[in-house]
Amino acid sequence: MKYFVLLAGCGELPLWDDLTPEEQEAGMAQHGEFADACAVKPGVEILGGEALGEGTTATTLRTRGGTVAVTDGPFAEAAEHIGGFYLLEALDLDTVIDLCRILSIYDIEIRPVLDIG
Amino acid sequence: MTRTRRLDLAEDALAEAFSRAAERWPRNGVPANPAGWVYTTAHRYVVGRLRAEATAGRKAPLIAVRDGWQPAQDGPDEPADDRLPVILLCCHPAVPTESRSALALRLVIGTPTEQIARLFLVSTPTMAARLTRAKQKIVLAGIPLGMPFDEELRVRLDEVCRTIYLAFTAGYTPGDGQGLVRADLADDAVRLALVLHDLAPDAVQVRAMLALLLLQHSRRDARQRDGRLVTLAEQDRSKWHHDEIRAGLGLVAGLGPGDGYGEELRLQALIAAEHARVSSADATDWHMIARHYAELEARTGSAVVRLNRAVAVAEAHGPHAGLALLADLDELLGASHRLPAVRAELARRAGDIALARASYRRAVERCANEVERAHLTARLEALG
Repeated sequence: MKYFVLLAGCGELPLWDDLTPEEQEAGMAQHGEFADACAVKPGVEILGGEALGEGTTATTLRTRGGTVAVTDGPFAEAAEHIGGFYLLEALDLDTVIDLCRILSIYDIEIRPVLDIG
Repeated sequence: MTRTRRLDLAEDALAEAFSRAAERWPRNGVPANPAGWVYTTAHRYVVGRLRAEATAGRKAPLIAVRDGWQPAQDGPDEPADDRLPVILLCCHPAVPTESRSALALRLVIGTPTEQIARLFLVSTPTMAARLTRAKQKIVLAGIPLGMPFDEELRVRLDEVCRTIYLAFTAGYTPGDGQGLVRADLADDAVRLALVLHDLAPDAVQVRAMLALLLLQHSRRDARQRDGRLVTLAEQDRSKWHHDEIRAGLGLVAGLGPGDGYGEELRLQALIAAEHARVSSADATDWHMIARHYAELEARTGSAVVRLNRAVAVAEAHGPHAGLALLADLDELLGASHRLPAVRAELARRAGDIALARASYRRAVERCANEVERAHLTARLEALG
């Protein structure tokens, strides 16, 4: 099963750029730990993953009544804090949950990827 | 379910097996191993459906199974017992909270959807939709069947106990309008608790929960008379189910002090035991009950527990002591009719008729159940 793992700033910590170099290093270390853990878990493969530019770098498109409006910024307040994502192959939800516990600096939303084939 | 990984088939199969049992057992007698009969019948049904699907070439949604978990093997005479992994699945944190008890009732003891709907005071289509959504979530999100270990198992069993207790208390929640006692609906929760205790007899929270349910449920036939509510003090104790009380007291006796949710259940069971073990209301040890409630309140900080504690304290130390405990509850229990009802009774005992009258009025206003409201109105009128 494929899972989309959305990583959002958890509100307890300041935004990435406002972290000290030590805190940033600790954050990056979690990603390293995550990758290592995925490598040894049966049935797990990291299919993709990226760090995203911050909410201020976002551009939003909305189509209403046939007209496309292009605006600066993320499309919802919650979306401001999204900092990255992973796309994972895994056997079940509990496997993903266990792995995501490593990424404790984030609030995480796990969505199944639907097989529309 | 573990062999086929088909949630949908498991549910249909169980419902079919229970329905056949209901048909045949009255005629042919109950089989020597009723659970075995049910599961064998269900198993045959599943095999039949799978064959039909294979012919039709359909592809069905499967539930995930925890990596490395070995399901129980089929025996020579009967299929393996899936029930504990299934109960644990229903109470996985990713399953919507409002669906957990319904799903457990449906998948483990085959309760008809319509009956679950009545238990939770919703329409049958609403309950059916809730069940469907929960099952879809399990399949689509890959929530796996399997046994968690150690701390995760303890946390999950806590959740199962909460879930079953929720189903039980729903049966004791009066409906809107007519009817006070719907205790027959609570039977299903008790059945589920008995199954769980069979499957996990060493888990302390499971034993405490079963004790609590048996002790509370044992009073079901004494709670109503001639359509009127009968309070605990006035109940005809010969109508209590004493075999259930004995079983409950036996379980309580075997429980030592513990921690966490299991300890909360144990304290509640101890309180229920105090009521159950005496043959008349005046023999009740209210001091002991008040002490248990104090501990329970310290652990949970619950306003409802405080309310119940106030009643016990009033019995042990007089109405003024009880009233004092009610002082800051109005904010927390603003919509409740029980709070003003308790205040009214204690005020009456303390001789403050004005407060009693005002409180009974407020209780009557807030009470949605006809039978209960009639009882409160009668108390109001008796003040003169």
